[in-house]
Amino acid sequence: MSKWNAAINLNNGLVVSRLILCDGAMFELQNISKSYGAVQAVTNLDLTIASGKTTVLIGPSGCGKSTILGMMIGLVKPDAGDILFNDTPLSVGKLEQKRQRMGYVIQDGGLFPHLSARRNVTLMAQHLQRNPQETANRIQELCDLTHFPEAALDRVPAQLSGGQYQRVALMRALMLDPDVLLLDEPLGALDPLIRFDLQTELRDIFRSLGKTVIMVTHDIGEASYLGDTIVLLRDGRVVQSGAITDLIDNPFEDFVVRFMRAQRSVPGTPRENSEPRPDE
Amino acid sequence: MTRYLSVIALLLTSVLSSSLAYGQGPSITIGSKSFTESVILGEILAGLAKNTGSSVNHRKQLGGTRILWNALLRGEIDAYPEYTGTIAREILANQKITSRDSMIDALSAKGISMSAPLGFNNTYALAVTAPTAKRHSLKTISDLKRFKDLKLGFSNEFMDRGDGWPALKRRYGLPQSDVRGLDHDLAYRGLKSGDIDVIDVYTTDAEIPYYGLTLLNDDQQHFPRYDAVILYRSALKITAPATSEAFEGLAGRLNVTTMARLNAAVKLNRQSESTVAAEFLKTTLNITTHAVPETALQRIYARTVEHLFLVGISLFTAIFVAIPLGILAARRRRTGQIILSIAGILQTIPGLALLVFMIPLLGIGSEPAIAALFLYSLLPIIRNTHTGITGIDPSLQNSAIALGLPPTARLRLIELPLATPSIMAGIKTSAVINIGTATLGALIGAGGYGQPILTGIRLDNIGLILEGAIPAALMALIAQFGFEWIERRLAPNGRAEVQT
Repeated sequence: MSKWNAAINLNNGLVVSRLILCDGAMFELQNISKSYGAVQAVTNLDLTIASGKTTVLIGPSGCGKSTILGMMIGLVKPDAGDILFNDTPLSVGKLEQKRQRMGYVIQDGGLFPHLSARRNVTLMAQHLQRNPQETANRIQELCDLTHFPEAALDRVPAQLSGGQYQRVALMRALMLDPDVLLLDEPLGALDPLIRFDLQTELRDIFRSLGKTVIMVTHDIGEASYLGDTIVLLRDGRVVQSGAITDLIDNPFEDFVVRFMRAQRSVPGTPRENSEPRPDE
Repeated sequence: MTRYLSVIALLLTSVLSSSLAYGQGPSITIGSKSFTESVILGEILAGLAKNTGSSVNHRKQLGGTRILWNALLRGEIDAYPEYTGTIAREILANQKITSRDSMIDALSAKGISMSAPLGFNNTYALAVTAPTAKRHSLKTISDLKRFKDLKLGFSNEFMDRGDGWPALKRRYGLPQSDVRGLDHDLAYRGLKSGDIDVIDVYTTDAEIPYYGLTLLNDDQQHFPRYDAVILYRSALKITAPATSEAFEGLAGRLNVTTMARLNAAVKLNRQSESTVAAEFLKTTLNITTHAVPETALQRIYARTVEHLFLVGISLFTAIFVAIPLGILAARRRRTGQIILSIAGILQTIPGLALLVFMIPLLGIGSEPAIAALFLYSLLPIIRNTHTGITGIDPSLQNSAIALGLPPTARLRLIELPLATPSIMAGIKTSAVINIGTATLGALIGAGGYGQPILTGIRLDNIGLILEGAIPAALMALIAQFGFEWIERRLAPNGRAEVQT
């Protein structure tokens, strides 16, 4: 792999024309399959996730997008195939150490209900016996980054609002300054206004951090707003991947067109989310 | 938890210090069977031993012949009152006992000495109420042959023993088939209420005149003599010679009327065994025992300490064994099923049976009771630990794994705290069951609240039964509220509920 490489290798062998400048591949999924009983969740999947970019996995329910994320962090074991993280197979060496290089946020945040927001965020740092002063500084930094009020740090999760809850989940994921953020529908359970604000904030955070982000969503608006690369999945296979403009201008099949259009706009209001991104 | 620990520690110290607080002189443990006469005789032996300067512990109403005899052989008790008929037919049943001398030889081969007869023959007899006797003109046991439908109620010991019901039935050719085994003290009440027609009695029973019972003449001399004697460990002649001499000095001093009178004083006049024994020692042997009768409060306090000891030790050890087992069960499905099944089977064994199973392994007293209570306490804690951990929301489990926490840290930081309400509920259940079951411990000499309950049943004394039952119920309630309080303390935000 050269520094200049294709963002995504498709399982049909086609290389997407658009090239992205990046440091290399964060994840490489090689010929991955996974089934749950009779249900084939992922089939012969090849996928490369570029470093330093935001990749969005999108697709209808049951397309395997959450399973793929779960396999990347080792929660789900693939039936076949290899997953490379920073060029090392996940199955080699201590998985726990690799997980400490990843930050993972799920839809309902998965905050531990018996621990305060602060303890949730610092749990891992304390377990690894990091310097308390550095941890305190880091938590302050994260509060600033995620616009989380420091006064609320000593509340338990049940006392937080939905938006605050997900901010804490994000802070927890970022605490150890991981190489990659894995977000599984992080905004899926929030009401539209908070969701809208958080989308804006997330974009700012992703830009300021310059981290590799892999996000799962089923909202095409959110995907196009946040993602550098969109990977559209269906029935455990990649249908098309690339920049949002590629998927709109150059759809590989009818499903891509239908999926991109399956978003209603409110009459008379401009669709901010679907505007072309100013820096592209 | 620390507070809980300190309560246990306090208990242990108080129990230990009270057991060490006895004075000098040889230490003698007297045993008695679970009927009034035996307890009175036990108190008399205790008074005699105390008078010779020994420090004495009387383990009252320990149980039947087997339990007392084995306890004597093992040295758990040093002496107890027994009857020659029982020795010949039960204890030495498989040896040829033809005379008093051969009995003494057979006993001394086992390191046991037998005193000369105390002076009364308390043999078995069959009794009916006066109206029954009149209606059927019953005079002898042979007369029973004519009344096939009479309902017989015999003490469990009489049902089983060599010269008991089966042998009696054969000897006289008795046709009755409706035979029930029941507690001897309940038999009188059954007879009075008409539920049963014929019971076995001891000839010195206080109830015979009280209920106006007619004794049926043993016209074929089936029942052997049951002369009261003292069995004691031969070693006492060396370690406590004054005491063994005092035991021998009781020979011939107790005739059948005196014994029946002492029985009646306890059973019918509601005097305590120790008072009755002290009066006997004073009037017959001119021995003054400075036994101060315990007040009700002192008794309740002593029983509370014993009960807490049984419950505390067994529950505490069960917690330390059951929580790891519960964790193991949650981790490994197959092993978990085996663990839960075994604990479940233990739970189905009746309390009394489990206690009796423990006797051959651990003897009598608090050890077998604690072991049995320990086994009983396991299941609720194992099951609730298992449920508490497996019931944790999978997304929380995944979050903990995804953070990169190793399994032991996950257990300590996430799983155990989240399972705490469930585990505490299990401990609470165990504690309450344990407090109730521990009352059975008195049956094997472990003391506790079961002691006054047993005595109360034996003496038909509701007050005494309540003296054990009410504190036991209160202790269960306190345990319930106490554990709920600890539970709230462990989950200060009340947020530790498992989200499902």
